[in-house]
Amino acid sequence: MLSRTADHMYWMSRYIERAESLARLVDAHYRMSLLPHLGETLTQSLSSTMAALQMEEAYSKRHDTVEPRAVFEFVSLDRDYSGSIVSCLRAARENARAVRGSLTSELWETLNSTWLEARSLGARRTPNADIGHFVEWVKERSHLTRGVTVGTMMRDEAFHFTRIGTFLERADSTARILTAHQSDLVPGADAGVVPDPYQWSVLLRALSAFEVYRRVYRDVITPFKVAQLLILRDDMPRSLLRCCKEVYQNLKSVANEQSAETERRAGEMHAMLHFTRMEEITAGGLPRFLEQFLARLRDLGDRIASDFLLPPAEA
Amino acid sequence: MGSTPYNEMTLSDGTSRAHYQRYAAWLDDQPTERLAQKRAEADALFHRVGITFAVYGQEEGAERLIPFDIVPRVLPLEEWIRLEGGLKQRVRALNAFIHDIYHDQQILKAGVIPAEQVLCNSQYRPEMQGVDVPGGIYAHIAGIDIVRDDAGEFRVLEDNLRVPSGVSYMLENRKMMMRLFPELFSGHRVAPVDHYPDVLLDNLRSVAPTGVSDPTVVLLTAGAHNSAYFEHAFLAQQMGIELVEGQDLFVRDEAVFMRTTQGPQRVDVIYRRIDDDFLDPLVFRPDSMLGVPGLLTAYRAGRITIANAIGTGVADDKSIYPYVPDMIRFYLGQSPIIANVHTWMLRRKEDQEYVLAHLPELVVKEVHGAGGYGMLIGPAASKAEIDLFRRLIVATPERYIAQPTLALSTCPTFTDQGIAPRHIDLRPFVLSGRDVTIVPGGLTRVALREGSLVVNSSQGGGTKDTWVLETS
Repeated sequence: MLSRTADHMYWMSRYIERAESLARLVDAHYRMSLLPHLGETLTQSLSSTMAALQMEEAYSKRHDTVEPRAVFEFVSLDRDYSGSIVSCLRAARENARAVRGSLTSELWETLNSTWLEARSLGARRTPNADIGHFVEWVKERSHLTRGVTVGTMMRDEAFHFTRIGTFLERADSTARILTAHQSDLVPGADAGVVPDPYQWSVLLRALSAFEVYRRVYRDVITPFKVAQLLILRDDMPRSLLRCCKEVYQNLKSVANEQSAETERRAGEMHAMLHFTRMEEITAGGLPRFLEQFLARLRDLGDRIASDFLLPPAEA
Repeated sequence: MGSTPYNEMTLSDGTSRAHYQRYAAWLDDQPTERLAQKRAEADALFHRVGITFAVYGQEEGAERLIPFDIVPRVLPLEEWIRLEGGLKQRVRALNAFIHDIYHDQQILKAGVIPAEQVLCNSQYRPEMQGVDVPGGIYAHIAGIDIVRDDAGEFRVLEDNLRVPSGVSYMLENRKMMMRLFPELFSGHRVAPVDHYPDVLLDNLRSVAPTGVSDPTVVLLTAGAHNSAYFEHAFLAQQMGIELVEGQDLFVRDEAVFMRTTQGPQRVDVIYRRIDDDFLDPLVFRPDSMLGVPGLLTAYRAGRITIANAIGTGVADDKSIYPYVPDMIRFYLGQSPIIANVHTWMLRRKEDQEYVLAHLPELVVKEVHGAGGYGMLIGPAASKAEIDLFRRLIVATPERYIAQPTLALSTCPTFTDQGIAPRHIDLRPFVLSGRDVTIVPGGLTRVALREGSLVVNSSQGGGTKDTWVLETS
């Protein structure tokens, strides 16, 4: 397939995934804002999350203080901020439009109507209660998009590139959410003070892991187990291991003459997560681990771009 | 406009023409609310599917619908057969003309057309002189604009031989009509049009460079911001070919390749939807970012087919149009089946005198204008506009032609005031490959403003589904 087409497919799915991740974060914090006595925890969590997502600078240009309402609107609806949910939905649609002939018409229509609806929602000033509604809707549209992709697209290169985009973005998002909460996750955090279960619920809900946690551990929530679930569980759809496995497998399916090294690095990341133990990660320090992981993910993204998506001009 | 326009559906006594009777009876039974609701449904569907055209000079992402009218334009079979014959004849002669101009120029030597009219035309491409193209075909896809005059006669208004557009609306309008009013299609034998992409692909493959047994065809677009992008993406998808931009292609050793995830892949036929000027920055406009450097070298070496060929504009220019009937006689030895609209050429002294004396009755067109711009419609113009054109004509007469104001035929149309007649034209798409073929019908464009004669979508025009009835 055309390199440019693969590039648009890849970014289309990255942007949809990013919109969903942001919607999950807003949703989790929005629920927290409805609970009493969590004001300070909420503000802290919002600040560290925005820092991990590199949104602080753009936010501080618009507001002086971190105020939940303002953060929700900024992340969800700010059209002038390229990292907001509406901007991601627009970017997904623009990428889809550039290759609409290579998408199934169902997939194109799904992305197009998502954008048309988001635009009309954004045009109305969303009243207080609607933020929860909006992020719920974004999650649904993302589920729908993924379902239409899996349900209607040929299992060809185009499909594999959309999957690579989805899982690279998801790995990035999980790692950043963990980064935002890394101070709660260091060993010993569960000794001494009993952590507030509602705090944990934000993190777990943002990764759709709250119910999974209960089922897997049938136990109280501890930082160690939370980290284990989100980093090393192969059957947890948003864990780092699962995402790296998907990236590696899809990358193998599109291999070309120059991609061997990229494939090796993806395989190495997968193998490292597959064979390591949580104790090893915490021994080296979780922050350092996450930092290195994000750097390797970036390297992988760059390599995929130069191997497949934007090959250097031919002589 | 002294004469009464020809009404496609209704006779002067109020009864319907034979081929419209069944439809007219159905239409009579439809409450206005149902029609309005169906029209709203069509608009919503077109938006969702993204059948839009980009509007230049507006905020990013500005896309508009071309209004779709739910009343079809119906042609009886016998009229279509005659039209089809005339169109094939005309396109054969036009292709012969372009081939002749870029080879021996017999028509110029015979004095049928003044040589300077052709060779000094800005659309004449000296780069094409002596270049052989597969099958001698230049205008693979031609959109011939047809109007019907007050006497009910079809006439050719314009030939579009460069990158004619609109065929996607022909196909989507039919899909929409079948979705909105399935009952109409069980009561009428409407000739299908859905096979257009298959015929187009077959034609494009048939004109591949010699020796290529399984040619790779691509569609070259200017990109997602081009006004006709929807059509480009649509046709590429329907034909199952890659939709490429200039940056996706490169030329190496006089052959054209596309950049793919699996490395360079050879391309044999380019169905291009960008103008000559932008095709190759090494030869034409050096600032073009849309084209492919070196493309012309590959083309002249016979390693790639470009459809339509480079240089077809020399045959669809308004200053050449008056000579098309002569071309038919010269190359085919036949008399034209469909007539031209009478045209005064203002560089001729006697024509100019007549036109200047009758400006308020005439339509004056700029020779290189398109899209309904640069045009004077005498009966609708103010005195100042007429004076302006008088000065323009006297200053540069060779830039203008004039035609009588045609009372374009009308077709009932669903307007805000209910069903009312609006002026229409017809653009059938003529495909030339191994043979010349036309899917029955074409794109009917309608001037939605009351009394307006301008059907261009950029100026308030809409479209209709076009039916050719297999039996009346």
